[in-house]
Amino acid sequence: MTMIETVTPPVTDRASDGSRAWRKMKANKSALFGLFIILFFTLLAIAAPILPVPDPLATSWSAIRKAPSAAHWLGTDDIGRDILSRMIFGARASLMAGVFSVAIAVGIGVPFGLVAGYFGGWVDIVISRVTEAFLAMPFLITAIALAAFLGPSLVNAMIAIGLSAMPIFVRLTRGQVLSVKTEDYVEGARSVGLGHLDIMLRYILPNVMPPIIVQATLTIATAIIAEASLSFLGLGQQPPAPSWGSMLNIAKNFLSQAPWMAMWPGAAIFLVVIGFNLLGDGLRDALDPREA
Amino acid sequence: MTRLSKLTAALFTGVMLAFPALGTELRIGLQDDADVLDPAQSRTFVGRIVYTALCDKLVDVSPTLEIVPQLATSWEWSADATVLTMKLREGVVFHDGTPFNAAAVVANIERGQTLPESRRKSELASVSKVEATGDYAVKFTLKSPDVSLLAQLSDRAGMMVSPKAAKELGAVFGSKPVCSGPFKFVERIQQDRIVLEKFPQYWDAKNIFIDKVTYLPIPDTTVRLANLRSGDLDMLERLAATDYASVKADTKLTSAETVGIGYMALYANVANGARAKNPFGEDKRLREAFSLAIDREALNQVVYEGTSVAGNQPYAPNSPWFNKDIPVPARDVDKAKALMKAAGHEKLDIELQVPNNPVAMQMMQVVQSMVAEAGFNVSLKATEFATLLSEQTAGNYQLSRSDWSGRVDPDGNLHQFVTCKGGINDVKYCNPEVDTLLNDARKTPDTAVRKQKYDAALKLLDQDMPIIYLGHQSYIWALNKNVTGFVASPDGMIRLPGVKKG
Amino acid sequence: MFAYIGKRLLLAIPTLLIISIFVFSLQKLLPGDPILALAGEERDPQLLEFLREKYRFNDPVVYQYFYWIGAVLRGDFGISLRTNQPVLELILEKLPVTLQLATMAMFFALIIGIPAGIIAAVKKNTWIDYLANLVALTGLSIPNFWLGIMLILLVSVNLGWLPASGYESLFVDPVRSLKTMIMPAFVLGNALAATLMRHTRSSMLTVLQADYIRTARAKGLSSQEVILSHSFRNALLPIVTLTALLFGELLAGAVLTEQIFTIPGFGKLIVDAVFNRDYAVVQGVVLCTALGFILMNLVADVLYVLLNPRMRAAL
Repeated sequence: MTMIETVTPPVTDRASDGSRAWRKMKANKSALFGLFIILFFTLLAIAAPILPVPDPLATSWSAIRKAPSAAHWLGTDDIGRDILSRMIFGARASLMAGVFSVAIAVGIGVPFGLVAGYFGGWVDIVISRVTEAFLAMPFLITAIALAAFLGPSLVNAMIAIGLSAMPIFVRLTRGQVLSVKTEDYVEGARSVGLGHLDIMLRYILPNVMPPIIVQATLTIATAIIAEASLSFLGLGQQPPAPSWGSMLNIAKNFLSQAPWMAMWPGAAIFLVVIGFNLLGDGLRDALDPREA
Repeated sequence: MTRLSKLTAALFTGVMLAFPALGTELRIGLQDDADVLDPAQSRTFVGRIVYTALCDKLVDVSPTLEIVPQLATSWEWSADATVLTMKLREGVVFHDGTPFNAAAVVANIERGQTLPESRRKSELASVSKVEATGDYAVKFTLKSPDVSLLAQLSDRAGMMVSPKAAKELGAVFGSKPVCSGPFKFVERIQQDRIVLEKFPQYWDAKNIFIDKVTYLPIPDTTVRLANLRSGDLDMLERLAATDYASVKADTKLTSAETVGIGYMALYANVANGARAKNPFGEDKRLREAFSLAIDREALNQVVYEGTSVAGNQPYAPNSPWFNKDIPVPARDVDKAKALMKAAGHEKLDIELQVPNNPVAMQMMQVVQSMVAEAGFNVSLKATEFATLLSEQTAGNYQLSRSDWSGRVDPDGNLHQFVTCKGGINDVKYCNPEVDTLLNDARKTPDTAVRKQKYDAALKLLDQDMPIIYLGHQSYIWALNKNVTGFVASPDGMIRLPGVKKG
Repeated sequence: MFAYIGKRLLLAIPTLLIISIFVFSLQKLLPGDPILALAGEERDPQLLEFLREKYRFNDPVVYQYFYWIGAVLRGDFGISLRTNQPVLELILEKLPVTLQLATMAMFFALIIGIPAGIIAAVKKNTWIDYLANLVALTGLSIPNFWLGIMLILLVSVNLGWLPASGYESLFVDPVRSLKTMIMPAFVLGNALAATLMRHTRSSMLTVLQADYIRTARAKGLSSQEVILSHSFRNALLPIVTLTALLFGELLAGAVLTEQIFTIPGFGKLIVDAVFNRDYAVVQGVVLCTALGFILMNLVADVLYVLLNPRMRAAL
């Protein structure tokens, strides 16, 4: 699992670049495929409560670890719950874990990066040192320690992952701001007398967004795997609520007796993560001004 | 013989003589890594498994849970159970050559009582004085009558380490333990392996057919079994119940199983702090209802594939200490509902604290859905083990799932948990009648009298139900077919005398 | 050069201090009393008090922190609460294991990732390129603990080709050592191979389009010469620095892999320590990992400067 960020030069002329990016995206089949996968799972997750599937929490001791059949399309788990339904409801947990963690990481990381890059000086030094400190600690370790500290639950896992991923966005944003800071339009805005907050929000932020969006998309993929990893260690979504990661955690004890318990969540994680990776790649290619 | 054939014969003999050097190695897979390898400081179950091969004790336990001689050949209680005299085995040496004698026993007991890091203090609390009454005779003088001491001496408290090594190494004895067991310490790499090799001067060496033992901690049950199947392990302990059927069907493997002496239970906070002040903690009818709503047999089937045993007491139904007048109740949802109604709560919310390992979580989810039918709305709080311990001690729980690995003497499964000043009484149950009964049970070696007292105490506890017992797990070992001579023991230990490979 | 290195090392000090404060506070804030967990099943109050005194749990938190830092500066990282083994000794015991795993994983990633990346770049937009990308994406997207378990099931249990877990030192039994490391190195390295492949590809693409390549081609140099001597050497620069950085990532990624394959390395050490509340071990390992990471970053930066002729001239 890597957290290497992308480095793309800032986009300057937004209007024509926007439409060019959109054209490139539309032509990029794999990116569209990725988007399709994501939309599929998202719709599934949203529609979960109204779909005609059994209750994901309903246990049945006569149907323990049954192979896929007409009654249970994907089989049942170790206490008789329907796996198809747990997969669908689990999509909500896993997708939310991915999106919310990254939202936390972006929500905290980008402002700090903005401030550090824009003001420079002591502010920059302090923020940079702290960020570097966090980056020097292994990501999963920080996530595990934080999750253990907060207590095992899905929400805490999201917070832990989000906080662990935040430094990436601080560093990325700061780097972008540093290169944009010297652009003419920023100088112009300053000479006109606009306040710092104004400049940061209206001029700098929109221009550094593209690589952040790319990174965010790719980080969602990492976050979903991170949630699965934390659940694998017992720190994520707690039973009986389903999440793909915790389903895998239980499934690993029954690999030879009931391999389907591990197959479906593993495959789902794999698909969704590929989807986000493809989309992120597509976004990066689309927003890269170098390729025509 | 021609010169060539003489040469060949010599070569052949030489090679044959070299073979014993290779020796038989037994590789055993453990569920966890042992902690400090010092009997006085150790506190893990797997540590005890290693000690079974490394350190002999004053007395041992037979598969039928009777106390049998090991380093002590005979013993006697005084009539009032305040003095225990033991005769020791002669001709025993420690791994470093120091002779084993009464002085060594005294040194060990005193070490267990006085070493600051010792975890054995509460086990040896009843001993006021131990003295050597001869080269091979010791006398224990107790502060108050306590027959459970004998059973304590069959565990870590009775393990004898070399006094010389103990003096040299002090608290870091664990880095190079020196005992007098059938195997001596070679090396230990944390989380990787513990290696022991045969001690030729062991007093029962003729019964040891293994030259080297390697213990490998492999926490993941699937991987542990995979290692056994691929031949990288010769045996493993605590086979997952869900793998039992496939091991039984595998012609290359054998298994050994027995019901353990521990128990699985739910602790109800009846008097430990502010959180005890809730209907469940205060009204025993609700607790009884909860217990009646659980189908213990179904739990056994669903979670343990029938390998465990349903129970409602600290002792398993097949144990001589089980009180037959309180049979394990069958599920009775109607009665449960009636009790709840009588207590004034048709529905009740309860928070149940569970260690977040898959088997415990699965079991509690089944319990959750079982008791829901009676009207209990259980919310599960998965807690990491370290946190669970302190929450329990601090009283920060309503209902908590907790196991006990079990002790040979019945006192060990009950006294500390339910007496007013009990050291592990996390439910803070306090009933002077129970206290008297349990303390009296310690005062005589007469089993019949003791059984009476325990029966009476169990009846009282069943009425008040501060602890809801669920059942007893079995210990299941899986072995390679070529490993023979292993005898399953209810205390979960792996005893190597008599075990052969190949 | 030395001034640069010196400055970077100096800057590392406040970073390490911040990390130490963070990891120390986290340990203190973790719920669950480590002393209770230490004391064992029979909880003797005398013992509890002794342990609290011995490990200074009764002192004010700030004192505990400074005491710990002071000890660290003298080379004393404390002892493992579980086994009384000195933390430094533990670290030195486990580090070679994880290093061996990381090196094998890195080796695997390099010999697969870089050639794949070159081929994909050269054959851009052909089916080879798409295939390579797909495989890379698969490698990145599979949860590695799932992959590990599947491999154990297939390779060890069903086929019996490789041992399912464990570790043997390279110096004791090289053959077995390699056998136990193959699967974990693969699991750990495949995501890395994917990343390396993608970066090599984009790096090569950038270079292949550059002016000096067109010049070389115009001059009549063969394709192979163009690729190997001109493009690759220049594409090598970011790859080398990336490799140095990724090595640090590997140490972190080893956590789950070591858990599944029961490899007694750094990653397993720290996960177990967090769950056992073995705080001295957690603090010691995090500090060492951070130091290693910072040093890796420094190496990467120095390499970058040394390999880039333009920057080297500037020195």
